[in-house]
Amino acid sequence: MNLGELSTIVVWGATTAYAIAFGAFAADLARRAEVASTKRVRHTTPVLAGALVSGGEASADVAEADADLDGLENDAADGPADPEAADDAPDGPDVADELPEYRPGKALGIAMSLTTLGLGLQLAGIVLRGLAAERIPWANLYEFLVVGTFVAVLTFRILCLRRDVRFLGAGVLGFSVVALGLGLTAFYMPAQGVEPALQSYWLVIHVTIAVIATGVFTVAVSASVLQLLKDAWEQGSPRLAHPRFRLLGQLPSVRSLEALAFRLNAVGFVLWTFTVMAGAVWAEHAWSRFWGWDPKEVWSFIVWVVYAAYLHARTTRGWSARAVAWFSIAGFAVLIFNLTGVNMLLGGKHTYSGISRSQG
Amino acid sequence: MATTTSPPASPPTLPRLGLRGAIRWVWRQLTSMRVALMLLMLLAVVAVPGSILPQRPQDAAAVARYLADNPDWGPLLDRLGFFDVYGSVWFSAVYLLLFVSLVGCILPRIGAHARAWRARPPRAPRRFDRFEVHETLSTEAGTDEVLAAAHRALRGGRRFRVEPGEEPGGARTLSAERGYFRETGNIVFHLALVGLLISVATGQLLHYRGQVLVVEGRGFANTPSAYDTFDAGSGVDTASLVPFTVELNSFTASFDSAGRPTFFEAAVSVTEPDQATRDTTIRVNRPLDAGGAKIYLAGNGYAPQLTVRDSDGNVAFEGPVPFLPQDASYRSRGVVKVPDVTSGDQIGLVGYLLPTAVITEDSAYSAYPQPGNPVLVLQVWRGDLGLDSGVPQNVYQLDTAGMAQVSDADGTPVTVVVPLGEEVELPGGLGTLSFDGLPRYVALDMRYDPSLGWVLAFALTALVGLAVSLFTPRRRVWLRVASDGERRTVEAAALARADDGGLAGEVERVLDAVRELGPWSQPDPDAAPTAAHDSEDVDEPR
Repeated sequence: MNLGELSTIVVWGATTAYAIAFGAFAADLARRAEVASTKRVRHTTPVLAGALVSGGEASADVAEADADLDGLENDAADGPADPEAADDAPDGPDVADELPEYRPGKALGIAMSLTTLGLGLQLAGIVLRGLAAERIPWANLYEFLVVGTFVAVLTFRILCLRRDVRFLGAGVLGFSVVALGLGLTAFYMPAQGVEPALQSYWLVIHVTIAVIATGVFTVAVSASVLQLLKDAWEQGSPRLAHPRFRLLGQLPSVRSLEALAFRLNAVGFVLWTFTVMAGAVWAEHAWSRFWGWDPKEVWSFIVWVVYAAYLHARTTRGWSARAVAWFSIAGFAVLIFNLTGVNMLLGGKHTYSGISRSQG
Repeated sequence: MATTTSPPASPPTLPRLGLRGAIRWVWRQLTSMRVALMLLMLLAVVAVPGSILPQRPQDAAAVARYLADNPDWGPLLDRLGFFDVYGSVWFSAVYLLLFVSLVGCILPRIGAHARAWRARPPRAPRRFDRFEVHETLSTEAGTDEVLAAAHRALRGGRRFRVEPGEEPGGARTLSAERGYFRETGNIVFHLALVGLLISVATGQLLHYRGQVLVVEGRGFANTPSAYDTFDAGSGVDTASLVPFTVELNSFTASFDSAGRPTFFEAAVSVTEPDQATRDTTIRVNRPLDAGGAKIYLAGNGYAPQLTVRDSDGNVAFEGPVPFLPQDASYRSRGVVKVPDVTSGDQIGLVGYLLPTAVITEDSAYSAYPQPGNPVLVLQVWRGDLGLDSGVPQNVYQLDTAGMAQVSDADGTPVTVVVPLGEEVELPGGLGTLSFDGLPRYVALDMRYDPSLGWVLAFALTALVGLAVSLFTPRRRVWLRVASDGERRTVEAAALARADDGGLAGEVERVLDAVRELGPWSQPDPDAAPTAAHDSEDVDEPR
């Protein structure tokens, strides 16, 4: 067995660990739902409840101090100008008081341990792959998926150290298992060197940042999806009437989820901006022009524009937090298409994935 | 904008906008965030077709193929600019409107930001307990001591701008604000985007580029006529290009065992005006700098060295002929045109070079890109090459209008197979062809664009501005100290954007500085809940 094969086996191991971790995270979510349904009656107007406590005559003074901050930021303060959010109701404390104490069970511990184990295995797989190919191990789509999911899970794991976002585990791990599974089966390429066009330190810079940005966006979109679900649940959506969705009550407030998604998307956006710029510098070196509207460049540009629209929508009055979350999801959808669909359907100069239509 | 909200029942009372009013209305709309957002989304949408349809600037041949395959709606798309999306009127309109909107939005903000920069932090609000983050404590330390400690904590490290104040009731306050750079970064980012657009446009005006194919042992000079293709922006005086010359000494290509390329390097000699000739190399990711221009290695192939003697035995053609690679194993297609025969028909040869030829009964192919067993497989045409008609010809295509293919007795076209170093008789008594050598050639892209430095500078400025505007926390902190005999009641409150997770910590840091001054106590939590702790629950759910 050579290093490349060993790497593949280790990545399979990581995928298995993640799959079990995903199951454990899901079990934990189910348990949260159970706790929520037995100990607590679903309150119908959580947002209003918060608003009543701190709204009313009080908001005048806050608004006065806030108005100026708003003005300075020129429409850029305080996030989405949602009617609910505009009340600035600190629904956190009030809702939190109603929530029953949730003590994480064994499932969550198992899930976190397996996540850490999977990260270790995946790191080993990436290093072995690099040794086998004698280059940076993220030059084709299979390797991009392996490293991208590694960054996504690592981002999640690091977030867990700073705050309890373990409820995101099922989303991030589920996505990673699917991406790794596709990588190992549909997009797999044996380890080998790269052609002259890729022999550049810009491969390290450009693709590394692209992978990290993708990982960060992945966690952000998980938060956006949960935000939409929880929002719909709080509004009493009939589709989320099943008791199992009571676990949404265990999640942080819609506002907190929105804020988390924003912070991650902001980081992702800066990284993506850098990815596009580094790509342009590399294209200037390799292809004699910094921008040539190659399909990959077009779609990277579209990704950038959609996330720029997300940031603007967030600061535009009249856009609800819900609408803004859809921008986050749209941006991620375009990002994933740029990663896969562009190579499979549109071709162009970025045909290093090993799955381009022009090969063979 | 009032016109849009007026009841439709009273049109006579509508104020007339007039031309100036209408322009102002359009300007207001254009510079509103809502329209900017719409334009952004529109930009994303209009960029899509350029990635799906072939584009003329990138691949004119693909566009021609597409038009031939879709004769019904291809021409319509062509008229609408779909084969040059990024140069089309509608794409340009969207991004230009977006930039107008951006400028209109940013310019007033520069003034507002300049005023805010000079302004002092706003006075302390009357009641602190309405803020999500607020805290109260009671201490034995003196008022001045407390204010000084809080002032130090706010100024030190975090660079809050602090403004002391005194209220009618006798309470002393501190108003503090930080994060002014957030808006600075935002403005810098947007202005840098404008700079980026302008420098790219300037580059379009002042750039020139040329493509040239150079065989080993030969070279070219930097004049428009020396290039196979040359185009320049309208601001370029093509007579005044820096007259450097480049000669290709040799070209090295390596491939792995599966035939995948691993390394390309062109060894060249460059002579710039008033400088000694220097030897250097060009690689795929390492262009050559010469005369302010950059020369890129864009492609490579083989140029078989051929000699054609006509039926009279005179040398009618001698030289290398570039063959264009068709696949990864360098099966290359080429055309040899021999107009200068002393008598009889002109000769045209069309066919393939197989670097490592494998020839069987029914097929001939190349097994490897390196020249292991180079063989030319050619078909022969005779007649009039059509070179004297004055119409420019593609050197890689044979115009067979005035020619006939040479066939043998039973009518099948003759195929001439020539291994390297051999000479063969051409059919039909046309003469002989000898395959004397196999030099390589390189395809070079020369590009001169004086705006590149500016493009890079503005891009980096935009990146820095963006990071500053997204990651600088904008916070306000207020402190009120009221004296109550022996003890001082210290209240603190803070305000920030909704997504600022570090706000509670900021207040804690200031109050910790106060706590260090001496004995202190927290008021009865039932009377005044310490919201700072509760608010942490928002961000850190258990």
